[in-house]
Amino acid sequence: MLKNTSKIRKITVAASIASSFLLSGFAVKAAEKEPIKIGVMLPYSGVYAGLGEAATNGLKQAIREHGNKIAGRPVEFLLSDTEAKPARAPELTSAMTDKDKADFVIGPVHSGVAMGMIKSIRGKDSIMIIPNAGINAATGAFCQPNVFRTSFSSWQTAYPMGAEAVNMGYKKVVTMSWNYGFGKESLAAFEESFEAAGGDVVKKIFIPFPKTEFQSYLTEIASIKPDAVFVFFAGGGSVKFVKDYEAMGLKDKIPLIGSGFLTEGTIEAQGEAAEGLLTTLHYADSLDNPKNKTFRSQYQELYGKPADLYAVQGYDAGQLVIQAVEATSGNTADKDALIKAMESAQIDSPRGQFHFSKAHNPIQNIYLRKVENGENVVVKTAASSLDDPARGCKL
Amino acid sequence: MDLSLFLVQLLNGVQYGLLLFLIASGLTLVFGVMGILNLAHGSMYMIGAYLVYYFTTVTDSFFLAVVIACAIAMIIGIIIERFLITHLYQRDHLDQVLLTVGLIFIFNAAQGFIWGNDPLGVDVPAILSSSIQLTDIVEYPVYRLFISVVCIAIAVAMYYVINHTKLGMMIRAGESNRDMVEALGVDIRKLFTIVFAVGVTLSALAGIVSAPIVSLVPGMGERVLISCFVVVVIGGMGSIKGAFVAALLVGIVDTFASVLLPGMSSMTIYLLMAMILIFKPQGLYKS
Repeated sequence: MLKNTSKIRKITVAASIASSFLLSGFAVKAAEKEPIKIGVMLPYSGVYAGLGEAATNGLKQAIREHGNKIAGRPVEFLLSDTEAKPARAPELTSAMTDKDKADFVIGPVHSGVAMGMIKSIRGKDSIMIIPNAGINAATGAFCQPNVFRTSFSSWQTAYPMGAEAVNMGYKKVVTMSWNYGFGKESLAAFEESFEAAGGDVVKKIFIPFPKTEFQSYLTEIASIKPDAVFVFFAGGGSVKFVKDYEAMGLKDKIPLIGSGFLTEGTIEAQGEAAEGLLTTLHYADSLDNPKNKTFRSQYQELYGKPADLYAVQGYDAGQLVIQAVEATSGNTADKDALIKAMESAQIDSPRGQFHFSKAHNPIQNIYLRKVENGENVVVKTAASSLDDPARGCKL
Repeated sequence: MDLSLFLVQLLNGVQYGLLLFLIASGLTLVFGVMGILNLAHGSMYMIGAYLVYYFTTVTDSFFLAVVIACAIAMIIGIIIERFLITHLYQRDHLDQVLLTVGLIFIFNAAQGFIWGNDPLGVDVPAILSSSIQLTDIVEYPVYRLFISVVCIAIAVAMYYVINHTKLGMMIRAGESNRDMVEALGVDIRKLFTIVFAVGVTLSALAGIVSAPIVSLVPGMGERVLISCFVVVVIGGMGSIKGAFVAALLVGIVDTFASVLLPGMSSMTIYLLMAMILIFKPQGLYKS
């Protein structure tokens, strides 16, 4: 609920370099090229502040690794705090596109804010890159030529678990989530593949968001006695759900499976109760590839804490900008050429290689992960190069 | 719904209701005696939970952490009353709302600054971490029963203090006629400090005992504040007895509604509140 009054802070990466030139008596005004303007619209206050910070860190790390210049041009960041409030999104977006003339607008975390931003960015010259918000419609019914996503669609993170559940021998499953967009989309995607593979969702439980009093629902699940329970919960709610589930003695009797957000950034708080849980997601901290290892050690060195999923998604947004601007030799005026370059970009992400679908969503691997000793360990690739169906997108 | 399932759900409802009572009792006590509407009441719930988290990690003992956290909460209460609330006794409720909303922002900022925004959890103390087998598949965590016992003990203690001690007599007198109490030579200022400190400590205690079964997240205080107000309004502003009855009512209605009327469960307690207010505009027990 905290208001950040300094709405837009300008940080010129080149400023320090320029000033050192000035001090040593050089004339720099002719030598310095026009900066590339990257607007960043992420939450820096409120519940999602941690996510916004991680995504920003990842983004800056990518630009820094590239020498703080892209195609010879310096980079200027325009940071704007969305406070994860959808109502403010159109106004803040317009400021970025019309007043600041940002070349790229990177954001947001929250799906409601994403929908507001997409409406305002339609037909504008700025290119939007979503580093988190998973709402299907962003690269579905509301897809735009100038909107890209480096994270995931809700559909992608839950769909592969349906077939996995049948593989594990579960026939009757209860699904449960908060009654809001991300939860409903995740449950629908799970159900789609679970029922296609021959499973049966015997009950869907939607509870009011953000209610975390789960006892009565858990009692009901116990009385149904399904083969397994599939849930979507995230953040604080997932901590409480996983602990309550274990405390009711259900964990050993009715296996709990879920979309990866159930155990993302929450394992430490969940403790013992999370051990053994199986989830699907497009990333895991422990993912064993060289890119992930270097990315994580660099991040730790720069920011003094371990990287997470949101840092990876921000990092990849940075990589996407770099590839596109380098491919067009720094000419950010030609937006069509930039978009073309982005569409054919190959991102060497810590999550593994990915590229973009026609709807501008990543075609990426989804991993089956198991919590072992307080860590999400990759069991296998649940779906390789999974493409979101992008329902309703005309691109 | 068979009988055993019904009974387990009833237990869920009563247990939730008792916890609501613990949170709401402090709010209604402070309002009833002092006429102060403390919107930062939920923040003390949050502070209690975070304090017990912190001191559990530092001291390695949950029960020691409970004592320290309660003591700190009480000190915070005394400081707030002595330095801030004291200026507002002659002012109207709007000024109190402004001050206490300001306190919410301060507490939230302090929480973010000290403990960050990631969800945190407290382990259930080992001695209470077992479960009781209720039906063939449902186990009931002993810790939840422990919370209910704590809540009942607090309710009994409050009943005793208010009805059978000198302090309680002054509290009751303060509720009905503040000026007269002062005229009779009671140091009403001291009484107010005590009541306010106890009120916020009760809220903090609710946060403390629930810490092991909830997740500690920013904004957790505002969420309980709303349920807390529903309880206080249904019970009658300022009535402890009303808060007790209303909390159990809300707990049970909410629990059964979430199972029987899942589509409507988010509005049932507000419907209940509206219905009660139609017939009893002052709440069940007006003070």
